Parts: sequence; structure tokens; C-alpha cells
Amino acid sequence: MHDQPSVSELVQAVKNFVDHSAMPELKGRAAFHARVASNVLATILRDLDARDANDAAEYERLKALLPDSDGKSRQALNEELQVRIRSGELTIESAALMEHLKKTAIAQLKVDQPKYSGLATAIED
Amino acid sequence: MSEKQEFDSRLQAVLRRVYGEQIALASANRLSGGASQETWLLTLNGTGAPETLILRRAPEGMEATDDSRAIGLPNEARLIRKAAAAGVAVPEVVHVLEPDEGVGEGFIMSRVEGETIARRILRNDEYAKARENLPAQCGRALAGIHRIDGSDVPRIRKSTGLAQVEQYEQTYQEIGVCRPIFDLAIVWLKENAPKPLEPMLVHGDFRLGNIMVDEQGLAAVLDWELAHYGDPREDIGWMCTNSWRFGQSEKRLGGFGDVEPLLDAYAAAGGAEFTPRDIDWWDMLGSMKWGIMCMGMYETFRSGADASVERAAIGRRVSETEMDLVNLLEGQRYA
Repeated sequence: MHDQPSVSELVQAVKNFVDHSAMPELKGRAAFHARVASNVLATILRDLDARDANDAAEYERLKALLPDSDGKSRQALNEELQVRIRSGELTIESAALMEHLKKTAIAQLKVDQPKYSGLATAIED
Repeated sequence: MSEKQEFDSRLQAVLRRVYGEQIALASANRLSGGASQETWLLTLNGTGAPETLILRRAPEGMEATDDSRAIGLPNEARLIRKAAAAGVAVPEVVHVLEPDEGVGEGFIMSRVEGETIARRILRNDEYAKARENLPAQCGRALAGIHRIDGSDVPRIRKSTGLAQVEQYEQTYQEIGVCRPIFDLAIVWLKENAPKPLEPMLVHGDFRLGNIMVDEQGLAAVLDWELAHYGDPREDIGWMCTNSWRFGQSEKRLGGFGDVEPLLDAYAAAGGAEFTPRDIDWWDMLGSMKWGIMCMGMYETFRSGADASVERAAIGRRVSETEMDLVNLLEGQRYA
């Protein structure tokens, strides 16, 4: 498939339209939703940029954290992690678990809400 | 007559019953609110009545149901009157709507001047004094709220801390997503739940956004719909939850202050004595609850019930609470 313009370029073009053409014309609830829409388009751009690398890094961490992980998908390993947490086998006393969860949360938040205060707190530590 | 004219005319009839035939409704403008809860600004002409009033209403058919956590507007009005009698700053309820008045369920109250938008309260210079006064004012207000006897008000549920963990765990499992940070937080909260205190009336949504603030600080406690019998630490912890610090993380209490002056004022006004550490568990409960509420709001988009971009986007705020939960759980690891 062609990618000229690429998906990111197309999203950027729509964001330009929302920010510079549509939003100044809108008032009240519609203006509020336009601002939300613009933020969503920015999230999409960050997601397109970061998802593959984030998923790969998360997968590698899960394989290192969980035994017998060969051949299991990232989703399967996350579900296994969930089971081990719920059973009490993995707790906050596990440094490896906490490091994995922290890295996962930071990567997700950098895509979803990079300005959120809790992200700065986490990165400071 | 249009539907709005009909509504205005019924509303004027209600106001004339309260204030007399010499007054007229000049305008009724909807300010905000979702599908089930509306807030209207009413302006009145004529002597013997305030120039402006606030109407809180649910349109017919949109009233809070028995299985909802919200207590319903008529009960909210009852509690606000009790809060006023207990010396808590609240709007004055001037009339509770009757079914035969034809304007839905709700009540009319005085309009308290001030600001509810958290970012303005936290950042604008004119609220500098307010930010200084708010911690102790909130402590005194909570001590008053927690003393209210609501036993004759229907539909107020009992919901302790541990019961809330279990309730939100169930919601999380029903949604069925796999976000292990929530599992870890839920396990930790269950294993470290504090000894329950005698349940008392708690506001249930005590935070910036739900209080009216003027230049001197707390002007009125609003939005009583989630009031219930529970643990007094819940109201304190909710205001400390990072989601309700609106970007000012370094100030634990609502982004405007420290929790210590609130706790001191709370105890001095007759409330129990708590330390900041006593609030930690409730602070984490708050992040867990808000994260799962965000998941639930996104579910209304996913299910097709609400197609708005706002409902979709809120699903991408769950990660804010995941980050907060990781930060808090890490803190507990070294505690």
C-alpha cells in the first residue's frame, strides 16, 4: 500500500483542521469536544510512534519475569502475571515486578497523557 | 407553546408559590450537567425574591434509580438542609420539586458566588488567600458533615472501605480487561485494610470541583449525590487522591495544601484524631476507584451507549491512575 501521505501525516492534517479551522468557530460544548478531539489526535500520533517498541519491550520484560514463557504471546503472559498477582505469588516485595509495572505504566502514560503530574513523579525517583 | 416555554411557565408557577405572585421568571439557562443531572441558572424579576437561583433537576424518567449509587435529588436536598443545620457551608434549599409541579425531580437552591473550576482555584492570584484557608475550612466542614444524623433520609447506603475495594474489584472483573497494576493494588488494599471505624455520614465526593470557593476559601459544599454511611477517612483520602490535585502533586491536599492542617482542624472541631499515614490507604483506594470509574465511562462508549469523543478519550486516562498506583505501592514497599 502507498503511504503518501502516511497515516501519521493524515492524522496531523485532521488535527491541523480541528485546531486552526474548526475550533475557533465553535462555542460551548462543541468547543469542549473539539479540544478533546484534538487531544485524541495527538494521542493517536504518539501511539502510532511508540506502540511497536513499547509492546516489544513489555514482552521482553514479561518473558524475563515469568517462568516457562517460551512460545506464549504478550497477552497470555499478561494474563499469567494477573493470575500470579491475584494469588499472592507476586507482591510489591518483588523488585522485578515493581520495575516491570513501573516501566509499563511510564510507557503507556507517555502515550496517553504525557503532561500528567504522576509521570514526572515516577521519572524523578 | 414550545417545550422550553412550557417548562419556563411551570417553573414560574413553582417560584410564585414560593415567593408570591409579584415575581416573574426572567430566564432559565442550563449551565452544565449530564443526561441525568442538570444545573440551571434562574433569574427572577420582582420584589421579595433573590435575583438569581440555582435549579438542580433530573428530567422525568431520568431520576436516580434504587440500584444507583446516587441518592437522588430529593434526598440530596434533605441532606443539604441537615448540613446547614449542622453549621456546614451549603447553599440554602428554597424548594424541593413536587411531582405534580411538572418540572421533573430536583430542588431549587440559593446561588452561592464563587468558583468551582479546580485549575482556576489552584492557579489564579485572587484565590491565594483561599488556598491558605481551605485546609482548615475543609477539616471543619468534614467534622460537621460526619456528625450529621441522616437516619431519616431514605436510600443512603452503607459502604465501608473494604466493601468499596470489593465492589470496584467486581466492576473491574466484569469489564474484563487485563491491567495487572489494578490487580496488585486491589490485593494490597485488601490485605492492608485498616480496622473499620463506626460508620458515619460521609459526603462521598469531597474534592475540588464539588466545592464552591470564593476569595476567602470554602463558600459551599456541593454535589451530595454520593453521600453514604462510611469511614470518615474516605472523604479526606479522596481529596488527597492525585487525580484531584489537578497537576499540583506536591500539595497532597487537593493540590492546594498539606493534609496536616485539615487533620488538626478536623480533630479540633470534634472529629477523630488521624495522622497523615492514616490517610494513605484511602488515598490509594481513591486512585483505584477513579481508574476503574474511567474504565467504566469508556465502557459506555465501547458498548455504543454514548458515542462522544469525551467518553472514548477518558479510557486513555486510566493510565494516569496506574502510574499513581505504582508510585503509591512503591512508597508502601519502603514504608
